[in-house]
Amino acid sequence: MSRVHGYGRVDRGRTLSFTFDGREYTGHPGDTLASALLANGVHLVGASVKLGRPHGISAAWTEDATALVQVERPFPEPMLQATTVELVDGLVARGVNGQGRLADTPDPARYDRKHTHTDTLVIGAGPAGLLAALSAARAGEDVVLLDDRPTAGGSLTGTEVIDGRPALEFVDDVVAELARLGVRHLQRTTAFGQYDDGFVLALERRTDHLGFDAPAQRSRQRVHRIRALKVVVATGAQERPIVFEDNDRPGIMLAASARDYLHRYGVLAGREIVVFTADDAAYAAAVDLAGAGARVTVLDVRENPPLDWKSRANDVGVTVQPSTMVTGTEGEERVRAVLARTTDGGVRLPADLLLVSGGWNPVVHLFSHVRGALAYDPSLGSFRPSGSLPGVTVIGAANGTLDLAGVLREGGGPDTPAAGPEPARTPAAVVWRTDGDPERQFVDLQRDATVADLGRAVGAGLRSVEHVKRYTTIGTAHDQGKTSGVLASGITAELLDVGIEDLGTTTFRPPYTPVAFAALAGRGRGELFDPVRTTPLHDWHAEAGAVFEDVGQWKRPRYYPRPGEDMDAAVLRECAATRSSVGMLDGSTLGKIDVQGPDAGVLLDRLYTNMMSTLKVGRVRYGVLCGNDGMVLDDGTVLRIDEDRYLLTTTTGGAATVLDWMEEWLQTEWPELRVHLTSVTEQWSVFPVVGPRSREVIGEVFAELDVSNDAFPFMSWRDTTLDGVPVRIARISFSGELAYEVNVNSWYALALWERLLAAGRRFGITPYGTETMHVLRAEKGYPIIGQDTDGTVTPQDLGMNWVVSKKKEDFVGKRSFARPENNNPQRKQFVSLLPTDGRTKLPEGSQIVELYEDGKLPEPPVPMLGHVTSSYHSAELARPFALALVKNGRARIGELVHVPVAGVLVPAVIGETVLVDPEGARRDG
Amino acid sequence: MQLIHCPWCGPREEVEFHYGGQAGVAYPERPAELSDQDWAEYVFYRDNPKGTFAERWSHSAGCRRWFDAVRDTHTYRFLSTTKPRPKEVRV
Ligand SMILES: [Zn+2]
Repeated sequence: MSRVHGYGRVDRGRTLSFTFDGREYTGHPGDTLASALLANGVHLVGASVKLGRPHGISAAWTEDATALVQVERPFPEPMLQATTVELVDGLVARGVNGQGRLADTPDPARYDRKHTHTDTLVIGAGPAGLLAALSAARAGEDVVLLDDRPTAGGSLTGTEVIDGRPALEFVDDVVAELARLGVRHLQRTTAFGQYDDGFVLALERRTDHLGFDAPAQRSRQRVHRIRALKVVVATGAQERPIVFEDNDRPGIMLAASARDYLHRYGVLAGREIVVFTADDAAYAAAVDLAGAGARVTVLDVRENPPLDWKSRANDVGVTVQPSTMVTGTEGEERVRAVLARTTDGGVRLPADLLLVSGGWNPVVHLFSHVRGALAYDPSLGSFRPSGSLPGVTVIGAANGTLDLAGVLREGGGPDTPAAGPEPARTPAAVVWRTDGDPERQFVDLQRDATVADLGRAVGAGLRSVEHVKRYTTIGTAHDQGKTSGVLASGITAELLDVGIEDLGTTTFRPPYTPVAFAALAGRGRGELFDPVRTTPLHDWHAEAGAVFEDVGQWKRPRYYPRPGEDMDAAVLRECAATRSSVGMLDGSTLGKIDVQGPDAGVLLDRLYTNMMSTLKVGRVRYGVLCGNDGMVLDDGTVLRIDEDRYLLTTTTGGAATVLDWMEEWLQTEWPELRVHLTSVTEQWSVFPVVGPRSREVIGEVFAELDVSNDAFPFMSWRDTTLDGVPVRIARISFSGELAYEVNVNSWYALALWERLLAAGRRFGITPYGTETMHVLRAEKGYPIIGQDTDGTVTPQDLGMNWVVSKKKEDFVGKRSFARPENNNPQRKQFVSLLPTDGRTKLPEGSQIVELYEDGKLPEPPVPMLGHVTSSYHSAELARPFALALVKNGRARIGELVHVPVAGVLVPAVIGETVLVDPEGARRDG
Repeated sequence: MQLIHCPWCGPREEVEFHYGGQAGVAYPERPAELSDQDWAEYVFYRDNPKGTFAERWSHSAGCRRWFDAVRDTHTYRFLSTTKPRPKEVRV
């Protein structure tokens, strides 16, 4: 065991059992998986992704690049950092060799999100952040404080002194005062992205540390969406390694991380320790680890190591060797010896732990996310914020301030507490790498990317550090270059012989640490992923055995199969029943827009291709809407309800688009028009009652209504009542048959539907679905906008010149009809296609081609004549048929073309679009 | 995510808004009299400056009103948002 008594903040009173790579170990509450493994002497965790080299634990928190694990229990999760997995009783995990494994069962945990607004958001509860939060709260501001570790205090270990007290006692007092002042203080919460205008996303881990005791009703993770007037970034700094040969072995660790393991977890990560440093901070690690019982040797890059630190080191038996470079390591699954070069030559030092410190990288990610400018600071050997951003302040080590007194000053302002005496800082030496084999000098340990890879990138001509990043993949793994980014810039600058300040660094992007997709999805999973819209008759349809089809967000009955029927059989039956007797459709999803105001007719005349202002009250007109480009946008009927009121219908899928589009014209182009547009789609339920017996059904249910052709002609509407409930009926036909569309307030939809069914029972009234509706309309050549059209089709292409007004001086799209391209005879036109074999249903979307006169296909690429847009079996025609867009199609009516279907060319004849009742005799019954 | 100042609702989240292209491209008075080229320029051609740009936006998930904005296409910053100016009533 490597646990040292008298150190650490884990709860030794309780023991937790866990399994790693199939072996049982114990740890304590407060441990991470990494600290518990180290406490058990386990340094080897897994293998690197590309080269399969043994990897261990190289840091103590999110900057760790090597200790990836797969957690199996409590719930399978791949690719977690062992340094951030809190130990829970019964945890089962294993090292990752390559890739992790996703769970094969749904995650039972809840995830959610919370929106927060605040005056000041402080990110990081280290000394700087705590004081910043405290001074803002004392000034009366609303404050949110986030920190990613389980407890506040940041890098403070317990040896520091603030205001004459141990630093961690000072931290406890500040935390207590923050609570009294009402600060919303969240630990285990990582701000992973900063965006414009003070918007920050943070992930709170709410139950992971509770393990199997986690309450099921509590969300496991929560995404906080925070909007703050001021953001204070106090995210600290991460230690930077130095690259040398075989620097990826287990047993090589950042110096401050080893110190963290000692003070936070009471774990001594090695007994025979070599510290390789270019910076003062590693001396604190050397002294503390020696004080805990390790044998420590410091190899300092610098010719003149800091005198104060040197004497403190010597006092605890640590030897300090100046002007020394580590050049390599020995050992397989753990470091056995360190190879170094001094001014006197090479040395070999036995060691079971090699600590490295090349200085500190301010954690500027969140500042960089919002395009905060960074500048290279030669005294740091790293990049720090240069200049400021409105509303964003960076303080403490994140700002490049490394001495505690300075950190406290930046956080505390006028209330700054006093730091205990610190040795004066000696400037760090900036060393990116030492001499050695560049193929074995690892820059990004997660990607197995080496100095040699950087050399290849530069050799390939890459000069921008962003391009080098993508070529080498450095900084693209889940640590996002926390340890490798600055090294890659530094070494690339050397290879290019340019200054790192000129080369710069790559841009940091969210997320700062990996975030599970489940957390981002929150409650928006399964049924809650996307709203489902149902009509008031939905339960009736379901009980009737309807097979539903998704149309936009709507659930619409597609057909109602009887026992033994497949879709084709059911649809043929529904079609035949409707054409021979009477059928009924739930058309409630039809888009409906109420247009009111004295200028309603003017607006509609400017938008529809035909005239609407001349429509008489009580009448109905079909209309087409085109875009400015002259292409069909949507179609539907227009009912004139009153002098200043119209009711438009749109396609089910086009309802929102049409309303938005009308509002856009009205608000931006013609705001002077006195018109209001209101969606009434949900307010009205609509049932087309269709077929030769429909008049009898309607006449029976609505006794007050004269349903004769003379009194109630085609394309008119009438208001009536049923048991005092207002009902509006329109004679509109989307099937060619005699038909009545019954409109009623949706509250009464079910009652009316059942009354109509009862009245139609003696005729065998047949509810039909969208598939039958499509067949009936296709037999009549009525296009479905969005199925038979695709935004490149004009009314003229559809053979609907009659719907384009010649009288109106202008309407949206009119000018485009005169463009030369719109009059190209090779435009695709709407026609029917009848396969000559009378049996093949051509798949929708099929290409249409033409053979040479000798019956051969043209050489590839075979010219495409058009494509099939709709295709069905027809009960009426007793054969399959299709609608299609074909180049110059109307002039080719009667010609034979071919459609490749499953490798066979199916011949088909081009025809008129109207295949059933071309003279329109059935319309009036 | 930016806060966009809807002239009717005040500052709201960017996701509530819909971008509507360049502002100030008025519908031609007499489209029939335009050449094909002029009509094509009205329908299809839009400016694409680096810098300040007059745009139309709609508060589509809020009040559903359109408004004009001036935005810097380099920084994405909104410099102003204003209600559309009422035009003279056509006679
Ligand atoms: Zn608004």
